[in-house]
Amino acid sequence: MTPSYASYNEFKDQLLAAFQSNEERMNGESKTPLHQVRRAALHQFDLLGFPTIRHEEWKYSNVANLLKEAFDLDNSSSLTADDLTPLQIPNLDGNIITFVNGIYRADLSRLVSPAEQVQITSFAEGAKADPDFIGAHFARYADYQDNAFTALNTAMASDGVVIRVPANTTVEQPIILRFITDARERNIASQPRNLVIVGQNSEVTMAESFRTLGGRTSFVNVVTEIALERDARMQYYKVQDETDNAYHIGTTQVNQSDNSHFYSATVTLNGNFVRNNLNIVLNGQHAEAFMYGLYMPNGRQHVDNHTLVDHAMPNSYSSELYKGILDDNGTGVFNGKIYVRPDAQKTNAYQSCKNVVLSSGASMNTKPQLEIYADDVKCSHGTTTGQLNDEALFYMRSRGIPKDAARTLLLYAFVQDVVSQIKIQPIREYLEGVVAQKLGQ
Amino acid sequence: MLSINNLQASIGDKQILKGLNLEVNAGEVHAIMGPNGAGKSTLASVLAGREDYEVTGGSVLFDGEDLLDMAPEVRAAEGIFLAFQYPVEIPGVSTTNFLKTAMNEIRKHRGQDPLDAVQFLKLMKEKMKLVNIDQSLLSRSLNEGFSGGEKKRNEIFQMAMLEPKLAILDETDSGLDIDALRIVAEGVNTLRSPERATIVVTHYQRLLDYIVPDFVHVLYQGRIVKSGPKELALELEEKGYDWIKAEVEASV
Repeated sequence: MTPSYASYNEFKDQLLAAFQSNEERMNGESKTPLHQVRRAALHQFDLLGFPTIRHEEWKYSNVANLLKEAFDLDNSSSLTADDLTPLQIPNLDGNIITFVNGIYRADLSRLVSPAEQVQITSFAEGAKADPDFIGAHFARYADYQDNAFTALNTAMASDGVVIRVPANTTVEQPIILRFITDARERNIASQPRNLVIVGQNSEVTMAESFRTLGGRTSFVNVVTEIALERDARMQYYKVQDETDNAYHIGTTQVNQSDNSHFYSATVTLNGNFVRNNLNIVLNGQHAEAFMYGLYMPNGRQHVDNHTLVDHAMPNSYSSELYKGILDDNGTGVFNGKIYVRPDAQKTNAYQSCKNVVLSSGASMNTKPQLEIYADDVKCSHGTTTGQLNDEALFYMRSRGIPKDAARTLLLYAFVQDVVSQIKIQPIREYLEGVVAQKLGQ
Repeated sequence: MLSINNLQASIGDKQILKGLNLEVNAGEVHAIMGPNGAGKSTLASVLAGREDYEVTGGSVLFDGEDLLDMAPEVRAAEGIFLAFQYPVEIPGVSTTNFLKTAMNEIRKHRGQDPLDAVQFLKLMKEKMKLVNIDQSLLSRSLNEGFSGGEKKRNEIFQMAMLEPKLAILDETDSGLDIDALRIVAEGVNTLRSPERATIVVTHYQRLLDYIVPDFVHVLYQGRIVKSGPKELALELEEKGYDWIKAEVEASV
């Protein structure tokens, strides 16, 4: 039977119409270079359409259920600071930038770093205040030619954050981006867009947190573009703790110059359908990228991590460790691509994906993909998927540790080498709490 | 303390223990010897509660309670300790953390308050000396990357910490050089007391030079076919097991 893609086109048409009606309400802005990029992206989205499972990159992640949902594209929200109380992370200091349904909320945000350390503006403000800067970076890194969701985000993005760290600066306080979806009353679709430029020899720590309030369906399609100039260093954490009615599709696109260092951890605690793309272009010599990931789908949750490291220049280094714990009918996907271009001699690239499957209903698909076009490189990859080690369980029980506690201790140990990468202590502690709670069930 | 009566156990379709009897009293050290495949490690595993083995008959009483009815962690809490022949590597869990969890679970089972960090560290320092084990080893992931000798010393260290009533050493001498063997044996001897008992499962007499048993039993074809004083071990060392096998076959 030929599947019906009516819902695919319905949502697409709705989005195309929304773009057009937005455009009609613009005055001079529709002539700006920025808007021209949006228009080109929209055109590309129109051509590509939403991907089906026949698309190689979406083989194990079916967006059909998402597209059956109805979204009215009205992102207003009555949410107040009190509503956010249950979502607070205790003791978390730093710059806290809050978005509700993708729209920047100054009243729920707090900037503590001085402007000489970092300039943080909403995307909408930034586009108005310095269109040349935005124009020089917006959509220059995240390619929308092949990815319909990136194309859609590029076309529709109205808000998000622009972060600029000048040269030779350490941003002392972390920058926390909180993306809250208020799905208490109706289905919400949002498309935040972030741009982070870290200047030469500067350093910043940033986290993106995704939460949902309420039981209706939420859909976040986020794109974050990050450019690290020479000798820049960045710690980047993406933490997802959403509801069982939350759909999340996100792309983090990183461009690294000479001798820059990028450390990332992507942690998916909860969410109905999650697809994370982490694409890193090592576009400079001696650039280094570290990628850690943790996902623990249970119930009927689905988590898909696609990573791409593009070694474009010689002497670059990448190291990747993703870990998964899958329970109930949870499903996971790991697709790790390492691309070593002909010029990228002396590349070192390591990739590892380890999974524990706790129930017969859970499943994991792993696919390492190495494309190596240089001859003097060191690359390795390995994936393992297995059950909890019975010998280890018995050993622990024989020392007096009850089965459930032993199981939790083993799983907790399994995730530690990812969780310990998070250097913002309150976030790490919050993660440890949620992880322990989820494992203790 | 331990009373094993006509114990029968199998793994898969294969019956390994075929009616084993053994009485162990407090204060005693029993050596279980025997050729490969006799069922020595099976006995140790069944007593500790390894689920791969199915007990098909007989009974085991520990301080008058049905041991076979207890989960492995309950057996541990009641005072049984198995020193593994092949200690398991557990990445991400330090020996310290592991032992602290184990001790406090056992204390909980016994209705005692958990040890605080200070009490625990004090106890640990004291027991570390006993088996000459280094602090740095205990902070590392449990048994991960340990040498054979370090793993065995770690087993004895855990035993010293948990102070079991009945310790079962499963081929603890295998893979040890003479110095490590001596350290392990000293650790075991220090723990000997009138309230405790030890079962030493071994293939070779060598360990028994250092841990001197009160009784030696020969396990063959799933049964204890001969028991005697410590001199029996020397006789076995000298003459091997063939004469025992011949005796058993003659009596059939």
